[in-house]
Amino acid sequence: MTSSDILSFINVRKSFGANEVLRGVSLELQRHNVVCLIGSSGSGKSTLLRCANMLETIDGGDITLFGQSLTDPRVDPDLVRRQIGTVFQSFNLFPHLTVLDNLTVGPHYAQRRPLEVVRSEAIELLVRIGLESRAHDFPDRLSGGQQQRVAIARALAMQPALLLLDEVTSALDPSLVGEVLDLLSELADAGTTMLIATHEMGFARDVADRVAFLDQGVLVESGTPSEIFDNPQHPATQLFLQRVR
Amino acid sequence: MTTTHDEHSSGVAPPNLLAPGYRRFFTGRGAVIASSLSSVAVVVALVSLFYITPGSSEVRFFFFHLADMGRAFLGDPAKGLSSVGLAFLTNIWMCLLCEIIVLVLGLTFAWVRVSRSAVLLPVRVLVTVYTDLFRGIPIILVIYIVGFGLPALNIGFLSHQSPAVYGCISLIVTYTAYVAEVYRAGLTSVPNGQILAARSLGLTQQATMQRIILPQAVRTVVPPLLNDFISLQKDTALVSTLGAIEATHAAQIYASTEFNFSGYTIAALLFLILTVPLTRFTDQLMSRDRNKRLAQQS
Ligand SMILES: Nc1ncnc2c1ncn2[C@@H]1O[C@H](COP(=O)(O)OP(=O)(O)OP(=O)(O)O)[C@@H](O)[C@H]1O
Ligand SMILES: [Mg+2]
Repeated sequence: MTSSDILSFINVRKSFGANEVLRGVSLELQRHNVVCLIGSSGSGKSTLLRCANMLETIDGGDITLFGQSLTDPRVDPDLVRRQIGTVFQSFNLFPHLTVLDNLTVGPHYAQRRPLEVVRSEAIELLVRIGLESRAHDFPDRLSGGQQQRVAIARALAMQPALLLLDEVTSALDPSLVGEVLDLLSELADAGTTMLIATHEMGFARDVADRVAFLDQGVLVESGTPSEIFDNPQHPATQLFLQRVR
Repeated sequence: MTTTHDEHSSGVAPPNLLAPGYRRFFTGRGAVIASSLSSVAVVVALVSLFYITPGSSEVRFFFFHLADMGRAFLGDPAKGLSSVGLAFLTNIWMCLLCEIIVLVLGLTFAWVRVSRSAVLLPVRVLVTVYTDLFRGIPIILVIYIVGFGLPALNIGFLSHQSPAVYGCISLIVTYTAYVAEVYRAGLTSVPNGQILAARSLGLTQQATMQRIILPQAVRTVVPPLLNDFISLQKDTALVSTLGAIEATHAAQIYASTEFNFSGYTIAALLFLILTVPLTRFTDQLMSRDRNKRLAQQS
């Protein structure tokens, strides 16, 4: 672990009953890093992300955010989550709030920042994702791709230290995947720290600083995109990449 | 697929898509005419059926006698007859007062039941027992127990209230249990992803409830709440059993003094005037809700 680490997983273990889902996973995320987490379905990607924002409690090892252990009982999960933006596969926008209010509800009610400030920041974000004209629409008026972009903007509105993204294009119509991946590439170029679980190998190769391959709860291999995709060392990685190609 | 295409291109006549003429008549302006005619026909049929029943003239005299209806409505202080119309005001204030208290208490109880806080555990158990009890006991028994039990207990001012107050307490106690369940169903119907998203933003449990869950729950809960409100309006009539002078009781007095039941008819009409518009409104809300959900699914 180095001092520039934002988030570190140290030998993290997690079981659901007898099912050991994470078996000693270690991974570091540094400022401005984009790490893509790949692996077959059920390998534990979502679980790892959910442990990071304390939606799951871990059974062993440790997770640190800015060097502070999340297993410390004095840690307030709400404060941890305000540092971490989370985007889900199924968007989970708030249907009773307009697009703009979806963006301001966190900054205003969780961070208690004044409404005028968070509103103007939200508008800026909407301009950035090209949806400022939809600010006063309700989410169900938007396409899936637009909804997922709003969900990303909602996470960004909290000015988080890092973003966790869990297969954010998997629920989308193939024709809408591009606009969301483009937005993520832009964010990566702008230096946003991101941990991305994804099945989009092409995207991972383009955007990741590092790719980590998870196999049945074990992080068997990680490296630069070209190390992982062009020259995988571990047989499990080789097998997985053969299958997804 | 290609065979279908071939059939059309080989000159086979396209299928007929037009409804037969008589069916076309029943859409558009024809529909208005048809429905008015059928309504008139049904009403005429029902009224004439009523007139040809053997006891028709007696029933008309005892239940629909206009003079008696008027007298029951206005009352006659000289003969000790209370006005059904005035007494109905008692029903109105009872149901309004009860409804307000029930809405607040019901929400509080539902909130307690869905909360996961450890501190609230004993309260949660109490509330659960309470709702189970009062959803299970017929309301008329609750009215008897409260109306005759509280005075008998002899505990200061609680035992010296008017029948209307005991009636209201019974209605509140019973309807709070119903309404708490309606609210609870609404609160638990909000998808889990909503709660995950809210908590991931760092909203506290309370803010999540207040800003995310409750507003979504209230929408689904309005129609069933209105249904319970309609029942509550009608159940104010049961308070007559304690001797409170509300519309049903006034009609009862009229019937036993004048040997004519037209007062009951007037009371029924008054209830209808109040409940029918609400019923229509509730149905409209429900169908609008259903249409919206259908639209979202497609
Ligand atoms: N809440 C839970 N309770 C019990 N088992 C769970 C729970 N969540 C996940 N699991 C199990 O943990 C394992 C890993 O699941 P996880 O969702 O982390 O995989 P994943 O890599 O994200 O898969 P996918 O690519 O399909 O999203 C699976 O076997 C799953 O059944
Ligand atoms: Mg997953």
